[in-house]
Amino acid sequence: MIYEPSVIAVVAFLAFVGGTMGLSFYLAGKAKTSAGYFAAHGEIPWFVNGIAFAGDYLSAASFLGICGMIAFYGYDGFLYSIGFLAGWIVALFVVAEPLKRLGKFTFADALDAKFDSRGIKLVVGISTLAVSIFYLIPQMVGAGVLIQPLLGFPHWVGVLLVGAAVVTIVVSAGMVSTTYVQFLKGSLLVVFSFILTMMILAKGFTVQEGGMDEYKFTEAGPFLISELEFEGDDSPDLAGLKGSILPRTGEWAKLPYIQTMYFSKNTEYTYRISPINDTEAMLIECQTFTKTVDGNILVNGEPKGTKKGEPELHPVGYISKLPDGEKETGPLGPVEFFQKFHQSEVILWGKDSFTAENGDVTAIYYQKPTAGSEVMMPGNHPKFAGIRGDKLIPKLNFLSLMLALFCGTASLPHILIRYYTVKDEASARKSTIVGIGAIGFFYVLTLYLGLGAMVSGAMDVTDTNMAAPLLAKSMNIWLFAIISAIAFTTVLGTVSGLILASAGAVTRDLIMNVGGVELSDQQQVKVAKITSVVVGGIAIVLGILFEGMNVGYLVGWAFSVAASANLPALVMLLFWKGTTKQGIIAAVWVGMISSLGWILLSGDTFTSVYKIVGHPGYVPFSQPGIVTIPLGFLTLIVVSLMTKKTNDGTSVETT
Amino acid sequence: MQARNARIGLRLFAVYLLFYTGFVLLNAFSPETMRSTPIEHVNLATIYGFSLIVAAFVLAILYGFLCKTDEEVQG
Repeated sequence: MIYEPSVIAVVAFLAFVGGTMGLSFYLAGKAKTSAGYFAAHGEIPWFVNGIAFAGDYLSAASFLGICGMIAFYGYDGFLYSIGFLAGWIVALFVVAEPLKRLGKFTFADALDAKFDSRGIKLVVGISTLAVSIFYLIPQMVGAGVLIQPLLGFPHWVGVLLVGAAVVTIVVSAGMVSTTYVQFLKGSLLVVFSFILTMMILAKGFTVQEGGMDEYKFTEAGPFLISELEFEGDDSPDLAGLKGSILPRTGEWAKLPYIQTMYFSKNTEYTYRISPINDTEAMLIECQTFTKTVDGNILVNGEPKGTKKGEPELHPVGYISKLPDGEKETGPLGPVEFFQKFHQSEVILWGKDSFTAENGDVTAIYYQKPTAGSEVMMPGNHPKFAGIRGDKLIPKLNFLSLMLALFCGTASLPHILIRYYTVKDEASARKSTIVGIGAIGFFYVLTLYLGLGAMVSGAMDVTDTNMAAPLLAKSMNIWLFAIISAIAFTTVLGTVSGLILASAGAVTRDLIMNVGGVELSDQQQVKVAKITSVVVGGIAIVLGILFEGMNVGYLVGWAFSVAASANLPALVMLLFWKGTTKQGIIAAVWVGMISSLGWILLSGDTFTSVYKIVGHPGYVPFSQPGIVTIPLGFLTLIVVSLMTKKTNDGTSVETT
Repeated sequence: MQARNARIGLRLFAVYLLFYTGFVLLNAFSPETMRSTPIEHVNLATIYGFSLIVAAFVLAILYGFLCKTDEEVQG
């Protein structure tokens, strides 16, 4: 779609982001020492830290990714909400307090408190970096997504802006300002999502025939299927279609589509052939999006415009039928909302794509009228569809994802470091409870926001990530500006947290402990700042490369790597006396390499990242967790048992 | 006190783990069960999902409460 900036939105947005940056500069004065830079002197009040947890955790993945996935595929997106929240139970009940007792600044400090081993610091430092960078990708993609409808800039400009802003924040301040930014943003995100939900409920559902631009897609027929197959200029005259039909040649002949054209206007339309029996079919209008080999973009066959009124994809997503033939429901209660939705019919959009002989890639988006009761069932997303079948492999893939989400939270370095910003174990516990409350409340709202977006008439079929901001835009321009600004600061906040975690890992774990370099307090902060700039640069590049992938899905991978690499070591150290340092080192290496390797070799990566469509990959399913998390545990146990004897002789006194 | 907190934590964790595992297995191996509507026109998938979120918060509060009582006794 074409995104034109609105002055109100831009001004509100800049004011908000400016305010946040100002706050961080103001607080920067408080972080002159390394204890202040990395851990805010351990002085953050537990309530503030709890909301900051929500700020850190409710990243672009939650706000943009989950809402988008629900808006396009229904219930499946909500599975992420459930899994992301369940992970906090592991954090609270298993990890929080012992971790606070063990560590000082980084996750490696905690793991290493018992052994004082360079090997541990090295591998944990590297795994922190790997997880943080993996987690940074979806955040940066999310940044690009936000900037596009708001300021009208292309994706890469958004990514670059966030990168620059974050590096400035982190370099200037450190943990104190990051925490307060997170606190502010966490509260605002929850409050405004609540307001948006209230607006969705107050508006209720209305039957529509098209999206916000009121473009009505045509449907014609039934026609004889044999009539659609012709050659040459002998086009049959079919009533109700726009233009005359063209012969189905090339790639079009292999897919259930037919094109029509108004020769006088030189405009082209695409219809999906939807059979109603063996001989007859309905023709239903679609939208097409073509990237030509020379880099141009065609929308429904015409060059994409740059201003309103010029060719663009039509916004979509509406209710086509309400129960009992109603036309609108009026305001709805929170339960009534689901009841009405359950009995309605919505127009969802499916996608087909093909590469023409000349190399042009065309995506065809077609309407899929779907019952509300179906939308509220798991298994609508292509990646989850397997759970409805009989095959075991897709079911394992699903179990694997749900396991990784459950185990991942308590293994994320940027969440773990937040335990060092409060003064004691009781504060660690209390702040986690506050965090769970705020995060849980937000996740309850995601289902309303996602379904509200699904029927808002404002969706961009090409990008699921855009759903939440576009929903807000369809409601009110001010709300859109504020929500975008909050989401943008969400990205800023999460990215700063991640960059800080990486900087801590490089400075303290890799350079000081492993490299044996002694650094003064000021030097530590300086090295950490240089690292921040480098990691920020890497994040910018990756954010540009991964444009268009659902950010919730990308975060799922980061969770898999975190859970596989870090969780076995952390849990076994806390609960098994037989754990040895060799066991920890081996488990982190094995968990990290196996999960990363698995993802890089999976079919999903071949399709979405390497763009080799249809390649099955070299592993049986895409989510590694169910194999690599137990593998990490197993490695730790086996290696610990093998090395137990030497440890008994040498390190008894340190335990 | 640390040991007692850890014990309470692990028990509550086991409760939640069972609840979550039930949800995941039901989705994976019997998705059609999720279609049933315990409340009129609201399916089990929606109700179970919301319950998992609410249960996490309730257990967290319970844990905070149990540990707090313990600290007061100690203190």
